[in-house]
Amino acid sequence: MSSTSEPSDLSRRDLLKSSAAGLLLYSFHLPVAQAAAASFAPNAFIRIAGDGQITLVMPQVEMGQGVYTSIAMIMAEELDADFPKLMLEHAPPDEAHYANPMLGVQATGNSNSIRAFWKPLRTAGATTRAMLVAAAAQQWGVDPAACSTAASQVIHGASGRKLGYGALAARAAGLKPPANVPLKDPKKFTLIGKPLKRFDTPEKVNGKAVYGIDAMPPGVKFAALASCPTFGGKLGPVDDSKAKAIPGVRQVVVLDDLVAVVGDNQWAAQKGLAALAITWNDGANANVDSALIWNDIRQASTKKGATAKAIGDADKGLRDGDRLEAAYELPFLAHATMEPLNCTVHITPAGCEVWIGTQIMARVQSTVAKTLGLPPEKVTVHQHLLGGGFGRRLEPDMAVKAARIAQHVDGPVKVVYSREEDVQQDVYRPIYRHLFAASLKDAKINGWTHRITGSSVVARWLPAAYTHDVDFDAVDSAVDMPYGIPHFRVEYVRREPPAVPTGFWRGVGPNSNVFAIESFMDELARKAGKDPVDFRISLLDKTPRLKSAVQLAAQKSGWGQALPARTGRGICAQVAFASFIATVCEAEVDENGNVKLRRVLSVVDTGIAVNPDTVIAQIQGGLIFGLTAALHGEVTIAKGRVQQSNFNDYRMLRINDVPNIEVHVVKSGEAPGGIGEAGATAGPPALGNALYAATGIRLRRLPIDREVLAGRKQA
Amino acid sequence: MVSLNINGQSHEIDVSPDTPLLWALRDVLGMTGTKFGCGIAQCGACTVHVDGQPLRSCMLAVSAIGARKITTIEGIGATPVGAKVQKAWLDLEVVQCGYCQSGQIMSAAALLVSNPNPSDADIDAAMAGNICRCGTYVRIRAAIKKAANVA
Repeated sequence: MSSTSEPSDLSRRDLLKSSAAGLLLYSFHLPVAQAAAASFAPNAFIRIAGDGQITLVMPQVEMGQGVYTSIAMIMAEELDADFPKLMLEHAPPDEAHYANPMLGVQATGNSNSIRAFWKPLRTAGATTRAMLVAAAAQQWGVDPAACSTAASQVIHGASGRKLGYGALAARAAGLKPPANVPLKDPKKFTLIGKPLKRFDTPEKVNGKAVYGIDAMPPGVKFAALASCPTFGGKLGPVDDSKAKAIPGVRQVVVLDDLVAVVGDNQWAAQKGLAALAITWNDGANANVDSALIWNDIRQASTKKGATAKAIGDADKGLRDGDRLEAAYELPFLAHATMEPLNCTVHITPAGCEVWIGTQIMARVQSTVAKTLGLPPEKVTVHQHLLGGGFGRRLEPDMAVKAARIAQHVDGPVKVVYSREEDVQQDVYRPIYRHLFAASLKDAKINGWTHRITGSSVVARWLPAAYTHDVDFDAVDSAVDMPYGIPHFRVEYVRREPPAVPTGFWRGVGPNSNVFAIESFMDELARKAGKDPVDFRISLLDKTPRLKSAVQLAAQKSGWGQALPARTGRGICAQVAFASFIATVCEAEVDENGNVKLRRVLSVVDTGIAVNPDTVIAQIQGGLIFGLTAALHGEVTIAKGRVQQSNFNDYRMLRINDVPNIEVHVVKSGEAPGGIGEAGATAGPPALGNALYAATGIRLRRLPIDREVLAGRKQA
Repeated sequence: MVSLNINGQSHEIDVSPDTPLLWALRDVLGMTGTKFGCGIAQCGACTVHVDGQPLRSCMLAVSAIGARKITTIEGIGATPVGAKVQKAWLDLEVVQCGYCQSGQIMSAAALLVSNPNPSDADIDAAMAGNICRCGTYVRIRAAIKKAANVA
């Protein structure tokens, strides 16, 4: 934000601007006092009130990844703020101030919060600190260089004088923000690198944390909805006579593609919905099923794709050496966040209020505004904690449906998806098919081609980023292989599956690519007659951080030591989201093909680990997320509909399925990498390779097929 | 009218008798700490105690409770075991998104009341009904052991 010679004008103007955008209306963690007139707001992220209260505005959303705490640590580090006394606030929808620098839109995803905001937030903290120091030096008539800062105070060492940031706020607000303020030497970090406690935990263990689904505006009514279960279908005739007779049912809202029942509580609404006699017009997709979709992508994958990356002469390289080919396939997946999709909307003559937990605040605002024919500033979005995001809340569809329903309801209405609706009205992790060919020469890879066929989520979600027929995300971690290969080509074939909408899913492109590549690498190692760890290490000279991680993981996992019958170890080495991770999984297979996870270990080099405990937690949880998909995850289609519905048929790993998971964080001074999705990509290939070691059976499709592992069916 | 004893307080609510306790708590009484996850007792997010037993409130009709005492996440911290569990959860930073954790804590507290020194197998058996999509299971196991070892 720009500076001005009139400090009170600056803060007042910012305050008004913020209020208009809803900034002060909803706070997180602790009640936010109305900022005093003398508050100091030198940028979009930091506000210091006259009473000394420091409020940090969170440009990224908290969905469990601990980012509120890490982001606060980055700002507080440079600001020398008294960390436990900070207050945090969700940012308002505001692309101009809070767009993610790596995505260009106000969104939280692709494990890049820390990477994207590392420099801007350090700069914001350091610049604010410099202005507070300048204000104190001015007040004392001393050289700013003679002042230091600690715990939200400026200190003049020579005289022993101290002034709190609050007392300096008014004066600092009158100063021009300096340019090019030096950032701290990482050796002097006092917060970054420490396993600090998360801000959001206390209220998450006593039931006080407020998620979108917990929004309770006065007079709120509750709605259950059914959208056409066939993709693209419409609503036919609805008989609502029985529903309307149910006590607590207030209203039935009939739209062209969905029907909602509004009631005094969610149960009344659900009962009303169940009592409707609904006829659906299935439309053009009524005959789409999984077999048709797989035939379609297999056909599409036979054609040459757009070149995403080429080194040397891949075709020539393939002709020189022992050749191996393989195809890998990954299924549709649902997100199944623990907090089912929901959104509360109140349309008034003055505009619209939306209560939601979303990864895309500004897009929710603009999309709802467009739906209702309102200017965006008439739509206030109250952001909440997210009960899981995993990419599902990178879409505004639940807010659009809620807004369309709210147009017919007098007063606020909370639309809550049933779990079945949540699973069946998802945007699905696309199916992918990977075709590999490689040649081995002297036990090294000479030629490598990799054709990735699948939906482009990017082309729909961020069209400007889809260029030269290549989806940068769909080829991520495939084009930038850590291994030294002289002749190399990666192709991308965009193929949208019939009927099924696709979206980002935790791990995004690397999730599919790392599984396919690291499984195929294992096949190559076996063909070369080499140990899978030795084979990878021999090719990792150009990626020393990953090489070290693999060596350490092998050592800590007891790689090479004997295991019982039908038990094996598998390795995965990956560079994804700018983190370097080696993972060893140990698994056992019984005669019926049932898999027992025995041990999982990851060595993680993510550069500077802002909060190392959060890094460990994210890898632990991410591994389980990925292993859940590998062992159970598959959405199938019949008659144009999703066949899965709830946790009984879309299974999750449970505590009794999960072994101990060890995570070793490598100490590093490199710039921080991404961590929220890295575990999810590491688990499946490490497991698949362990299953090969245990059984000699190579699984080239996910989820793993127990019949194949039992030897009753061909892979 | 249905009468419910929740966290030591008596509440009279006007809902249809088949209303699951989950929705009575959340939508009628505004106690939103108990979470909706699946509606079919598959995920445990809605776990509360009824006379100390962990039950899934999404499939428990208010008319079936009678005079039995209900404890929710909002009240569990007032019990000695509940307070120990919450502290262990904080000490080990179990939580990620946190949405399932009300139910996890209620299941864990019930386990420790009935079995003050659970083994890994005991923990797995008692907690297998609670899904955590963020995958905090390793820390849940450790936190239950930590809470058990606090005198």
